[in-house]
Amino acid sequence: MTEVVPLLDVQDLTVEFQTRRGVVRAVQHVNIMIGKGETLAIVGESGSGKSVTSYAVMRILDRAGRIAEGAVHFTGLDIRDASEDQMRSLRGREMSMIFQNPRAALNPIRKVGLQIEDVLSQHAQADGAALTDKAIEILDQVRIARPRERYHAYPFELSGGMCQRVVIALALACRPQLLIADEPTTGLDVTTQKTVMDLIVELTRERGMSTVLITHDLGLAATYCDRVVVMEKGHVVETAQSRAIFIAPEHPYTRKLMRATPRPGMALRDLLPEDVPAPVPQTPVTNGAVYDTPLLVVEKLVKEYPRKGISEGLGKLFRRGPSPEPEVFRAVDGISFTVNRGESVGLVGESGCGKSTTSTMVMRLIDKTDGTIMFDGENIGDIPAREFATLPLRKRIQMVFQDPTDSLNPRFTAVRAIADPILRLGTVKGRDAVRARCEELAHQVGLPLEFLDRFPHQLSGGQKARVGIARAIALNPDLVILDEPTAALDVSVQAVVLNLLQDLKESLGMSYLFVSHDLNVVQLLCDRVIVMRAGQIVEQGPTEQVLVAPQADYTRDLLAAIPHPTFDQSGH
Amino acid sequence: MIGVIFKRLLVAIPSLIGVVIVTFLLTRALPGDPAAYFAGPAATKEAVEQIRSQLGLDKPLPEQFVRYVADLAQGNLGSSLTTGQPVAAEIRARLPASAELTLLGLIVAVVIAVPLGILAATKPNSLIDHACRVVSTAGVSLPVFFTGLILVYVFYYLLGWSPPPLGRLDVFSSPPPPLTGFYLIDSLLAGQGGTFLAALNQLILPALTLAIFSLAPIARMTRASMLAVLSSDFVRTARASGLSPYTVTVTYAFRNAMLPVVTTLGMVFSFLLGANVLVEKVFAWPGIGSFAVEALIASDFAPVQGFVLTMAVMYVALNLLIDILYTLIDPRVRIEA
Amino acid sequence: MSNLALPKPAASNTGLGAALRHARYILSDNAVTGFAFGLFVLIVLAALIGPYIVPYDPLASDTSVALKPPSWAHWFGTDQLGRDVFSRVIVATRLDFFIAIASVALVFLMGGLAGVAAGFFGGWTDRIVGRIADTIMAFPLFVLAMGIVAALGNTVENIILATAIVNFPLYARVARSEANIRRDAGFVQAARLSGNGEMRILLAQVLPNIMPIMMVQMSLTMGYAILNAAGLSFIGLGVRPPTAEWGIMVAEGAAFMVSGEWWIAFFPGIALMIAVFCFNLLGDGMRDIVDPQRRT
Repeated sequence: MTEVVPLLDVQDLTVEFQTRRGVVRAVQHVNIMIGKGETLAIVGESGSGKSVTSYAVMRILDRAGRIAEGAVHFTGLDIRDASEDQMRSLRGREMSMIFQNPRAALNPIRKVGLQIEDVLSQHAQADGAALTDKAIEILDQVRIARPRERYHAYPFELSGGMCQRVVIALALACRPQLLIADEPTTGLDVTTQKTVMDLIVELTRERGMSTVLITHDLGLAATYCDRVVVMEKGHVVETAQSRAIFIAPEHPYTRKLMRATPRPGMALRDLLPEDVPAPVPQTPVTNGAVYDTPLLVVEKLVKEYPRKGISEGLGKLFRRGPSPEPEVFRAVDGISFTVNRGESVGLVGESGCGKSTTSTMVMRLIDKTDGTIMFDGENIGDIPAREFATLPLRKRIQMVFQDPTDSLNPRFTAVRAIADPILRLGTVKGRDAVRARCEELAHQVGLPLEFLDRFPHQLSGGQKARVGIARAIALNPDLVILDEPTAALDVSVQAVVLNLLQDLKESLGMSYLFVSHDLNVVQLLCDRVIVMRAGQIVEQGPTEQVLVAPQADYTRDLLAAIPHPTFDQSGH
Repeated sequence: MIGVIFKRLLVAIPSLIGVVIVTFLLTRALPGDPAAYFAGPAATKEAVEQIRSQLGLDKPLPEQFVRYVADLAQGNLGSSLTTGQPVAAEIRARLPASAELTLLGLIVAVVIAVPLGILAATKPNSLIDHACRVVSTAGVSLPVFFTGLILVYVFYYLLGWSPPPLGRLDVFSSPPPPLTGFYLIDSLLAGQGGTFLAALNQLILPALTLAIFSLAPIARMTRASMLAVLSSDFVRTARASGLSPYTVTVTYAFRNAMLPVVTTLGMVFSFLLGANVLVEKVFAWPGIGSFAVEALIASDFAPVQGFVLTMAVMYVALNLLIDILYTLIDPRVRIEA
Repeated sequence: MSNLALPKPAASNTGLGAALRHARYILSDNAVTGFAFGLFVLIVLAALIGPYIVPYDPLASDTSVALKPPSWAHWFGTDQLGRDVFSRVIVATRLDFFIAIASVALVFLMGGLAGVAAGFFGGWTDRIVGRIADTIMAFPLFVLAMGIVAALGNTVENIILATAIVNFPLYARVARSEANIRRDAGFVQAARLSGNGEMRILLAQVLPNIMPIMMVQMSLTMGYAILNAAGLSFIGLGVRPPTAEWGIMVAEGAAFMVSGEWWIAFFPGIALMIAVFCFNLLGDGMRDIVDPQRRT
């Protein structure tokens, strides 16, 4: 507030796209200001226009897009009027951007060191032999170990976190004044996320840079930024200091978003907006219930893959440095756990820890290498996956998938998809009876009946998720495995779906195995938690115990990595 | 890296084996009497029997196969009925003519198609983009022998610019001293400017025909590949870093876009080697394609068999080269732990 | 409930009415595809009723009117035996079209099913199909077709067989790749959970998703098939004179092209070009509809 000329001044910005259906206004009358040295977060769900705004600032909009109205000024310079040559000299040198999915953001067939040199020489920061030295120096500054060696590496040889550091190096190489970070940590593990965000904040502070962080995660925004701008459907709905947004949001949308963001100490119902009734008829929530009848008993479960091809690539990602190469890769290394009737058990860990492999084995979609899987007293582990599909036992264990789009046949209508298990394994026969049952299920999951005859591409993410849930509960299973069921959904939709899942569990008496990497979500839904790492169980126990007072160091690290804003007197 | 190249070599071996087996089956496992085919339509009964025992066609199949492979190893592809010469010698003599024509056609095609595809991708919906798409679709639809005939009609008959389509040289010139067998190269090396021009004159139309034919898939693939790469994440990063249009288009986009194009070359070669036969017929080009076609008309079977085998072996070798080239330029394939 | 703002379909999503409406929407959006489709209909018509409506008997020779250029009496002129070129070109449509359809049907059955099985089941099926495809691919395709027809004999059936064999690898590859991508897709896993056996999943769930892409391939292959057959006929393999077939007609007219009687080879060549062009445009248009990302 002490700067006369803000570093970046966006006034009344409107961005239009030419599409097959006519002109679409992705961003409308947006006002954003950022001063020197400030950190600003732009928060919104999908379709809010947050990324498009930053693309407009850098003038790297798609061919079909253009700035229709408004003005953008960077250090007083009119961005809309600037020539392409002027913009090119600004990009990378005065303002730069880092993107989601770091490995894809790097040229796959060019050494990373050379890519940094390209940026340096383009903006005349060094030349000749000094180029290489400077590039190595920058790699060092982003905390890449052995920078001289890594200079010669190709992106496919580096881990996701390292790739992101290289992308940061590219962005910071010429010491720009403004850094725009577009969802830089989405897709990264929560521990890697923390390291990357800490690095960004440290480097930008050191250089007195301003940062714009674009994210869908309010928690992340509030933790790392001074001010927050909230966008919805192309409009800015609220701008305030982080503390204000977090503690006392004003706009209804911000309030809804704030409520929907899972945080420690919340209850499931708290996620829903205040004025919206629960999605399904309320059933009394049984608190403090005791679950002691074992339903699923897993003992010393092992899954090995021969170390060739894809597994080899996976192996490279886990290894920290050179190590002897055993013939096989142990995705799951002898784990044991139990899920009791009526219980909801969370299975958490970072990518590659083996949780998905475990859940797929329990589902009997792939075969185990060793160990036992007992379901309600029957040894299902020994039945080959191929044969399991047509057994009556199949009905009793079902799954809700992570990607609602991928898990629905593009050529089946919603009702056909829901009817599939009923037609194959159910007892209901006859077209009308099956249809009636599907409608009953649709009602149970809160899917309006008129959507039943739509194809997946005509449904929203939340609606597709409901179809997937309806299909999973169609046969009244005993155990439902939920594999990151809300990871692909907006946070407000997630709030509704999580509540739905809880209500269904209660009313239908099911047990859940909830696989997730998001500890906050697990805390809301699960009675017990199992923490996995590198194919082994690190810790397991009641949720309050594991997530509030963890025994293992790894669990502590995981919890510490979750962004949690701390507000001191100065407002940040 | 040598290891990777060696692996590629190993992969080529089953292909060669397959080729040998298939050509063997094609010639021995014919409906009717193979001996009669080899003896020719004018042969008497005794001649047929003589051929039968001479070629070992009365022996059991596995034994025939061993003999076939042994013959191949010695370079024996049988003899032509019409010329009486060993097929292998004829093929060796005529190969440079086909090779020169095919290579020239390919070079012209690449020189036109690649820039066309790149420009079409970097300037979408422009005139050149539409031109590229029309060329691609039309080029794939034109029968290559028809294109050749049209070119002859227009440039020889109507305009009189090109010489009559009668072979590699006109009646007044004689071939240069044979070093590579490529008239263009040999004449230059021998300092015979006149011969060079004469050879070039004869080469223009047939090479152009082949070029037009192979232009289409290359331009199409280049354009598609370039479009895909230009909308990729890493090109977005390059643009966001302010890199110059040249660096973005060439160093970042083009090099990545060329990878699928190199792989497509294998398919292009397959088409080219086939089209070669047709073009040689139109232009009376004395290559191995017309050798085979003449033999076919005369029901002379051994040359056809030798031709198929030679073409296949050449194709396997070409694919191997392309594979190795790809390995050299894509580090992801080169660096295999 | 968020996101209720999606456009509601005006009427039902399934049934003939919906299919026709969809087709009309697609065709109006893609003028070029519409044009290609119109051309396709013309070709089919020519193939079906051509022989009944042509002015002259395609096989009737009349040396008194040999080598006459195009005129009102003979729209495309006459060839060296006095036969009417126009009639021959129209009648040849049936033969060439038949060869194309038969080859494509055959290769779809052989290559499509083999490829889908290889991609979906993997294991030995995949290995065997791969080996067969690789062996065929080791040859320049036209050369292999030459070899097959030369070995088996000059008949239309053998041209069809040779064309089918030569196109097998491409088909099998496309089918295999499409099936492979879907093999472990979410909805296939879900189908397993719903009690579907592998075969049922392949036929009822995966195949309907693959069909559009296979249709695109089929259209493109029709073009290759015609060119292949014409090429074989041009060098004397396959169709024999005096049968009217575009390739043979170009071959017969080739010698006359050099001496100025261009019409004998020109019109069959143009007919070839139009037919192949039509199938390629149709295939491209269908590809745009089916998979907008792969727009050429």
